[in-house]
Amino acid sequence: MQETIVGAINDALHSEMDADERVLIFGEDIAESGGVFRATDGLKERFGDDRVLDTPLSEIAIVGGAAGLAMYGYRPVAEIQFSGFLPPAFDQLVTHASRIRWRTRGEWSAPLVIRTPYGAGVKALEHHSESLEGVYGHLPGLKVVVPSTPRDAKGLLTAAIRDPDPVLVMEPKQIYRSFRDEVPEESYEEPIGEAAIRREGSELSVISWGAMMYPTLQAVENLGVDAEVIDLRTISPLDDETVVESVKKTGRALIVHEAARTGGFGSELIACINDRALMYLKAPIERITGFDVPVPLLSMEDYYLPNPPRIEEGIKRVLTA
Amino acid sequence: MDEDGMYETSIGPQSGRVSQNDLDVGLLQIVEPDGSYASEEVPALHDDQLCDLYRWMLLERTFDERMVKLQRRGELGTFGSGYGQEASIIGSGYALKDEDWLLGMGREAGAMFLQGLPMRDMILFWRGIEDANREMAKRNLMIAISIGSHLPLVTGAAWGMQLDGADSVVAAYFGDGASSTGAVHEGMNFAGVLGAPAVFFCQNNQYAISTPFEKQTQARSLAQRAVGYGIDGIRVDGNDVLAVYKAMAEAREAAQAGSPMLVESLTYRLGAHTTSDDPTRYRDRTEEAQWKRRDPLDRYESFLRSEGLWSEINHEAILEDVNNEFDAALQAADEYEPRHVDEMFDYLYAELPPSLQQQLVEFKAFLEDRPDAYDYIDQRAKG
Ligand SMILES: Cc1ncc(C[n+]2csc(CCOP(=O)(O)OP(=O)(O)O)c2C)c(N)n1
Ligand SMILES: [Mg+2]
Repeated sequence: MQETIVGAINDALHSEMDADERVLIFGEDIAESGGVFRATDGLKERFGDDRVLDTPLSEIAIVGGAAGLAMYGYRPVAEIQFSGFLPPAFDQLVTHASRIRWRTRGEWSAPLVIRTPYGAGVKALEHHSESLEGVYGHLPGLKVVVPSTPRDAKGLLTAAIRDPDPVLVMEPKQIYRSFRDEVPEESYEEPIGEAAIRREGSELSVISWGAMMYPTLQAVENLGVDAEVIDLRTISPLDDETVVESVKKTGRALIVHEAARTGGFGSELIACINDRALMYLKAPIERITGFDVPVPLLSMEDYYLPNPPRIEEGIKRVLTA
Repeated sequence: MDEDGMYETSIGPQSGRVSQNDLDVGLLQIVEPDGSYASEEVPALHDDQLCDLYRWMLLERTFDERMVKLQRRGELGTFGSGYGQEASIIGSGYALKDEDWLLGMGREAGAMFLQGLPMRDMILFWRGIEDANREMAKRNLMIAISIGSHLPLVTGAAWGMQLDGADSVVAAYFGDGASSTGAVHEGMNFAGVLGAPAVFFCQNNQYAISTPFEKQTQARSLAQRAVGYGIDGIRVDGNDVLAVYKAMAEAREAAQAGSPMLVESLTYRLGAHTTSDDPTRYRDRTEEAQWKRRDPLDRYESFLRSEGLWSEINHEAILEDVNNEFDAALQAADEYEPRHVDEMFDYLYAELPPSLQQQLVEFKAFLEDRPDAYDYIDQRAKG
C-alpha cells in the first residue's frame, strides 16, 4: 500500500496493538483527537480507553510512567508531542528508563518506546524545531532511531515496540506527509542498529538521517557525482560497520545533519571513522550541519537548515581536497 | 521542627485525613451570569475605569479576530486566540501596575498591551520574528512556549524584587494544562517558602488543546492546590471582569506583603486552541453554545447598563478605533525591516565566540557564492 510516514506510523501502532495486548498508547492529545499530527488517529476507537489514553500535560509523568509500566511488564508506547518538550523528562530517561535493566542486574527491564516528532521546517513556534538526537544518543542504555521513509517508519517502530530495551523513536515531522511510498501491508521489522545504503557509489560517502536525507540526495543528483549515500536510520547503537566499510571504499566522507554542529552526532561519526578507517582517508571529513545556535524562529529557520546548495559545496570540498 | 510544633500545627480532624470535600473553595463572583450584582461588592473603580475595562475587552476580542483572519490569509504563523477569555485576560491585567513583570504563555495578549506592549510587536511575535521578544522584555514581559516552564523563573524574579525591596510583583500567566507540570509545582512551592512577591494567575479555560479539565486532574479545583504549596488561593469566575480584577488586585497586594498567591480564573476557550486546531474533533458544539451564552462582554454590558454607564460607551467608535490601531500595527509589522542572517547568531552570548564568528563568516560567504540557496529560503517577513 502507498503510505506517508505518519500513515505508516499509525499503521504500525494498529498492528502492534492488535498483536500484543500489553501494548498501551498514551500522551498529550493522542486519544480523543488522534494526536496533533494524527499519528494515533483511530486507535482509541479501535482499542478503547484502557489502552489508548490522553494524559495530563506532564512530560515527566509520561516518560517516567512509561518506564514504570514497562518495568512492571507492559509495553508502553508514549508520545511526546514535540521533541522540544522532552527535556523536562530528560531526567527520567537518564535516571531511570535507560538503566533499569542495568541497575537491577537483569532482573527487570524497561521495554518502553517514546515516539516524538523532531526537526525544523514546519514554521512552528520556539521549541518545536530542535533535533537533539546526538544528546539522546549519548545516553548509555537507550536506543535511538530516526526513520526517513514510510517503510522504515513502520518497520523501525514495530521493531522498537518489540525490542527488549527502551527505544526513542525520533520522527522527522517535516516529511511526515510530504510523500507516499510503498509500505508492506503485513507487519515487519526493520532492524534497529542497521544503516541503509540509499545509493551505491565510489567517489565519496555521504552520511545523513531523517529529513536531511532528501536535500542530501538532491545535492548528489544535482552534482551528478558517484556518491554512496548512507541513511543511518539508527543513531544508537551505531552501525559503524556500514559507515567504515563505505569510507574504506571511497576514501572520502561528508556528514549532513540539521542539529547544531558542536557535539552533534556528526562528531561521533568522525571519531568512528578516525578510529577504524583513518588510513583510508584521501581528504578531511566534512560536515554540513545546523549552526551552533538555537533553531531560529519561523521567519529565519530556512537559513538555519542545510539545503542542497550548502551540501553541494560540502561535496565539492571533500572531492577536491 | 520539634515534636510540639508538629502537633500544634494540626487543626484537622482526629483521623488526620484530608479529602477533596474539605477543599470546596467556592467561586468569587461579582456580576452573576444573569447580570445581577450587589453594589457593595463592586471594586472601587471610577466610572471612566469601568468603561475602560469594556474598551479593553473589546480590543482583546477584535485583536484576536483580526489575527485569526490574518493567519487564514497566510500572513501569520500559528496563532492562539483569547476568544472567550477577555474578562480573565483584561480583568487580571488591569490590576497590574506599570512596574510589575508578566511572564506568560501567549494567551494573554491584552494583559501585555495593558503593560504597554505595542500591537505591532505581538504581530511580529506570531510571525516568528525574534525582535518581538526584545520589545516584550523592554516592558518586563516574556512568553514561554514550553508550557509551565516559566514558573520557577517567576519565583526567581520575584525573589529578586523581594531582595531589592521593590514595590512590584511578578505575575505568572499559565493554563490548566500547565498546572500539571512539575515546574509549576516547584515554582509555586518555592515562592511560598521565600514569601516572594509572585502572583500565579492560572486561566483555567477547561482545555489543554483537546484535553478537558477532568482528564487534567482529579482535584476539584486548581485554587485548592495553593494550600498544598503553603500559600493562599482564590477561585474566581473568569468571565466576570470585575471579579477577576478584584481577585488579582487582592492577590497582588498580598504578594507585595510577602504572601504569594494563586488565582484560578475559571473561564472557557471559545475558539480553537490555535489556528492549527479543530475543536470539533474533541468537544461538543452544544458545550460551546452553552459558554457562548456566558459571554464575558455581554455580562459586563448588562452591568454597565445597570450602572447607567452604557450610554458612555460608543461601541462602534471603539471598534473603529481598535481596528484602526490594528491596521496601523499591521502596516508597521509589514514594514518591519527585512531579516538578516546575523540575527541567527546575535545575542547568543554577550560576545560571540570565535568559532561562531567563523560559522557566520563562512555562511555569509556561501550565500554570496551561491545565491541559488535562496531558492530554499522562504524569506517571508510575514511569517
Ligand atoms: C511542556 C510542553 N508540552 C506540550 C506542549 C504543547 N502544547 C502547547 S499548548 C498546550 C496546551 C496548553 O494548555 P493550557 O496550559 O491549559 O493553556 P491553554 O492553551 O488552554 O491556554 C500543549 C500541550 C508545550 N508547548 N509545552
Ligand atoms: Mg487551558
